[in-house]
Amino acid sequence: MVSLSSYLILSAILFSVGVVGFLLRRNIIVIFMSIELMLNAANLAFVAFSRFLDSMDGQIFVFFVMAVAAAEAVVGLAIIMAMYRVKETVNADEMNLMKW
Amino acid sequence: MFETFLFVLLAVVTTIAAILVIVQRNPVASAIYLIITLFCLAGIYLLLSAPFIAVIQVLVYAGAIMVLFLFVIMLLNLEKEKKLIYRNRLQKVLGVFLGGVLLAQIGMIFSSVLLEGSKGKFPAEKVAALGNTEVVARLLFTDFLLPFEIVSVLLLVAIVGAIVLAKKQI
Repeated sequence: MVSLSSYLILSAILFSVGVVGFLLRRNIIVIFMSIELMLNAANLAFVAFSRFLDSMDGQIFVFFVMAVAAAEAVVGLAIIMAMYRVKETVNADEMNLMKW
Repeated sequence: MFETFLFVLLAVVTTIAAILVIVQRNPVASAIYLIITLFCLAGIYLLLSAPFIAVIQVLVYAGAIMVLFLFVIMLLNLEKEKKLIYRNRLQKVLGVFLGGVLLAQIGMIFSSVLLEGSKGKFPAEKVAALGNTEVVARLLFTDFLLPFEIVSVLLLVAIVGAIVLAKKQI
């Protein structure tokens, strides 16, 4: 039987990898993928707790998180496409139209 | 024993693939490694006796969302971006350092907090007897009906938003 803490440690590792990717990469699509990694880490923690606390609420929550992630990916990628049309770049440092 | 072996295998592959996602220069390779990560996570959900979530993970994440990512990567011309090398050493060192600090903090929280709580109404044997998908569906359409409807509105808003943003002139 695998313990709850091993699942949580895997979730923590995935989340940290996502954070590091978010901080290091400048390609906005890879930054987006890092966000997906972090969402998946949270999902893993939800499902692990749901299994070890004998409750189904965690799995229902994961369902909603996935729906929100899908909506977020669709709108975010559409924004990236619109941005690429204006600036011809996917470099996050050059996307500074709203910066004073 | 077999479960532990399977968990270690899936966890190692997940971690390595996740690290490869963020170190790959080519975004297409990043996307492929992210798909591997998501598939391994689906396997871990199966180990956690959540088959419905595992199938949804493969369908929605590895299927729909990643196809969307690859589609956008193919639509954009990223050859110029690939050649750019960002030489900001301080940022890299600081980013990895902060990631390590975050991991240590989360680990400390997990080791210091009691991870037990009052048990819920659905032990694994009961869920297995009823059928995981059936239990999830029953809860979604009774206790969680309002959030479920709100999510459908959210998805509609996302569709409209994507179509508006994809217009030639915003």
